[in-house]
Amino acid sequence: MDTAEPTFFDTNPKAGVVGQPLNRVDGRDKVTGKAKYSAEFNQLPGLVHAVLKTSDVAKGRITGFDTSAAMKQPGVLAILTHQNLPKLAKTPNDAEGKKAIGAPMGFLPLTTDQIHYAGQPVAIVVADTLERAQYAAALLKVQVAAEKPIASYEDPQAKLFDPTKVQDGKAPAHVVRGNAQAAFAAAPVQLTHTYTHAINHHNPMEPGATTAHWEAPDRLTIYDATQGVTRTQKAVSTMLGLSAEQVRVVTKYLGGGFGCKGSSWPHTILTVQAAKAVGRPVKLSLTRPQMFTGMGHREDQTQTLKMGATRDGKLTALIHEKTSTTSPWDNYAESNSKIINMLYACENFEASYQLARANVMTSTFTRAPGEAPGSFALESSLDDLAYQLGIDPLEIRLRNYAEKDPGTGQAWSSKSLKECYARGAELFGWSKRNPKAGATRDGRLLVGWGMATASYPVHNSQGTARARLYADGHAVVQAGATDLGTGTYTVMTQVAADALFLPVDKVRFELGDTKLPTAPNSGGSVAAGTVSSSVYMAAQDVWQKLIKVAVLDKKSPLYRAKAADVEVKQGRLQLKNNPQKGEDFAAIMKRAEMADIEGNGQGRYGSGYEDAQAAANADPAKKDQAADHSMHSFGAHFCEVKVDPDLGTVRVTRWVSVHGAGRILNAKTARSQIIGGSIFGIGAALMEGTVRDQNYSRYTNASLADYHIPVNADIPEMTVEFIDEKDPHINAMGVKGIGEISMVGVSAAVANAVFHATGKRVRSLPITPDKVLATKPVQA
Amino acid sequence: MSTFSSPDTPEGQPVRPEDGTRRSFMKQAGGLLGLALAPPFVGPAERLAAYSKTVEGVTSLQLKINGTVRSIQAEPRVTLLDALREYLDLTGTKKGCDHGQCGACTVHVDGRRINSCLTLAVMQQGKEITTIEGLAQGDALHPMQEAFLKHDGFQCGYCTPGQIMSGVACVKEGHAGSDDQTREWMSGNLCRCGAYPNIVAAVREVAGKA
Ligand code: FES
Ligand code: FES
Repeated sequence: MDTAEPTFFDTNPKAGVVGQPLNRVDGRDKVTGKAKYSAEFNQLPGLVHAVLKTSDVAKGRITGFDTSAAMKQPGVLAILTHQNLPKLAKTPNDAEGKKAIGAPMGFLPLTTDQIHYAGQPVAIVVADTLERAQYAAALLKVQVAAEKPIASYEDPQAKLFDPTKVQDGKAPAHVVRGNAQAAFAAAPVQLTHTYTHAINHHNPMEPGATTAHWEAPDRLTIYDATQGVTRTQKAVSTMLGLSAEQVRVVTKYLGGGFGCKGSSWPHTILTVQAAKAVGRPVKLSLTRPQMFTGMGHREDQTQTLKMGATRDGKLTALIHEKTSTTSPWDNYAESNSKIINMLYACENFEASYQLARANVMTSTFTRAPGEAPGSFALESSLDDLAYQLGIDPLEIRLRNYAEKDPGTGQAWSSKSLKECYARGAELFGWSKRNPKAGATRDGRLLVGWGMATASYPVHNSQGTARARLYADGHAVVQAGATDLGTGTYTVMTQVAADALFLPVDKVRFELGDTKLPTAPNSGGSVAAGTVSSSVYMAAQDVWQKLIKVAVLDKKSPLYRAKAADVEVKQGRLQLKNNPQKGEDFAAIMKRAEMADIEGNGQGRYGSGYEDAQAAANADPAKKDQAADHSMHSFGAHFCEVKVDPDLGTVRVTRWVSVHGAGRILNAKTARSQIIGGSIFGIGAALMEGTVRDQNYSRYTNASLADYHIPVNADIPEMTVEFIDEKDPHINAMGVKGIGEISMVGVSAAVANAVFHATGKRVRSLPITPDKVLATKPVQA
Repeated sequence: MSTFSSPDTPEGQPVRPEDGTRRSFMKQAGGLLGLALAPPFVGPAERLAAYSKTVEGVTSLQLKINGTVRSIQAEPRVTLLDALREYLDLTGTKKGCDHGQCGACTVHVDGRRINSCLTLAVMQQGKEITTIEGLAQGDALHPMQEAFLKHDGFQCGYCTPGQIMSGVACVKEGHAGSDDQTREWMSGNLCRCGAYPNIVAAVREVAGKA
């Protein structure tokens, strides 16, 4: 760590509004309907509508189009297909192009006659009204020579292969530590269990949407539902052969993302191309069914975990194998093994992956990619081990508590997991738990209590921000970040207010525009930690510049002081060793006739904060481990379920989550985030699954009526707490992310509660009533 | 231009059905439905020629929204949701599914909550339509809006207008008598951000004061 850099711990030893449960600063716009999302910029001159036509078959070749009926429809402006779309400067269809674009998928529809997956866009229809575009798209006939597709890794035609890297090159596919095979063979207690996962879709309530406006032949503004305006800018400008400056991307409000809006998917560039073709601004929203084939998914997968342990419940070996489906072009698999490698003390570890290509689009990061499914296997098996050995599930986790990162040998930057366990257990009443499974009832319902550990890494990241302080005591602070609903607008306003010593209502924070300083994608839980430190550093730059003005100003009490001897307290610039000597920032600015003063800051998060050089030089798959410390948030979930023994229905009736995640910037929005992530996890645990027909490789339930996400009646009151945690190693603010840890371990906590209620171990997600009924209780 | 049969409506005349029943829907959009339901031996063209005068697809519609009558030129197949969002720039009402599966498009029609994606604008003429934009009185938010702010009843805000419209109706209907009842009667409004416990808290607060 560059110790010369200021930190919030030093400059603001007592936080002001940071941490306070403020109402959202953008809340008023959201409750009145004023907040504008990406498909709501209707004022653009001559705005018209585009609709995607997608393929019904999953594999084949387009032999022709019959556009006659569609073209005859009034208002139709263009029907664009691979036959008439102008060529792009670059496509992701080759490895070099994919990398340059930063594309999530090594294939762009409408560049060839090939059909690789059902739901693949084959044409884009533009008309003056939405209805006319929709109707024309329905009338457009696509002639296809269909072939038999491969539907998944379970397809008999599928060929499994061994990738060298997964998660799109960001994680190694093989990890070996110690000698797991030998240790497992020698272990007094051996467990081998297989876990299967249905496909999950993110399904943010706002569908993917793009509005493209060519303001000049070589200048473009895109309103895009994206988690990262810079990433969309890079993707689109590279594909078009324009410089980044020629493409502006704006995302003022985002209706959720959960990972699926973390990359630039085909509909965005297609909308841009359509706008070019018709010479008018074009708006396109994916339909809900298209959301299942337009922006990725969490892949279908099977994982087998071998667990070796001593008779007193200490882990000696973990061997993890994952098999999953990927697309014809990419090697994408969530890296489940990461969390299995680091969560508990265990000297021997081995992980491997197998993939099979099928006629599906490329899967993508979905909230807690890898950690969510990985923790399901680990935390379920650990629960089994506890029962088998007659040890309390919480106690067995304490027996395997990792005092340092077992994967890397590094010390933790901070870890409050023991406090999370203790507090969670207390809030939940864990000590009153009947250790026997299937022994607690509420009337005819079976009652079960389960728990699981949560963890999520601090991913190395960096970004910039700008702060402009006005002499009249207000400020505008900017960063090109996005707010998925996580509270970025609000928490950054709080950070800026404290750092500039202004009341919150005197600070306006702006985001979601490539014209602003660059922030990272809001993904991987990096936004809070990175953007907050960028904002903080920008404020420090303001103060440093103002100190320079003061020490040169003959009329200032600080005249001729050394800049290093001046500090800022509550907006007053004063001598460190003689605080009496100093003055308010406004006085300095007034004398200097400065209306405002602007500062820029670079914020770093994770290993790059602790050791910028090492992080910069590290291999992409090793960046997070490049510095001295292993950096993670930790937490614990406690769950009560009630199971109907006759119907197999499971209801979550109580929930407690306690997390240690560094400094919490806003207690209210943070609680909402943990609640939201837990509910996301409860959905995955109990109801979510997209079914791909194994003959046609087509989704059979691509709608919100058939793909069940939790509704209000599925969710009980929830209790959330945070452990006070001070981490000086991760960034200038001491902030860790909480967006994803909130769902890690959730499905296991539910499954463990189901086991406690019924004595049945369901190892297949989602845990639907049929599975509960069909599963035999484990022999005690 | 495309043509739509409209057996009972003279060309160009604004349509003012008295109610939103299926019958009046059939009257207004008979051509559209006729197409779908025509028996196979009668081709759509014959059917149209045989039974109907035809009108231009686009007609003038009058909708009373948030107390103001507004006119749009739109086809009978335009849903109330699209009329609001695409023709009137009232984008506060959201489209999450367009199929009555998510509740993001909830508005009030004559005081009752409905999914505006499941009804045609043409059927809602002559009725009182209230959208999220019409809930506040000037700068003074509706108590439900205030309660959503206070209890953080949302994250991304995309389901929020629908949740608030539903919440207001839920209280008025007398379906917010207990948390369990509220949960049940608010379950037509999906929230992927998972703000449910906070939504229940907001509805509870307003119901308690009502
Ligand atoms: S948009 Fe109407 S219910 Fe979903
Ligand atoms: S607040 Fe995002 S979907 Fe409800």
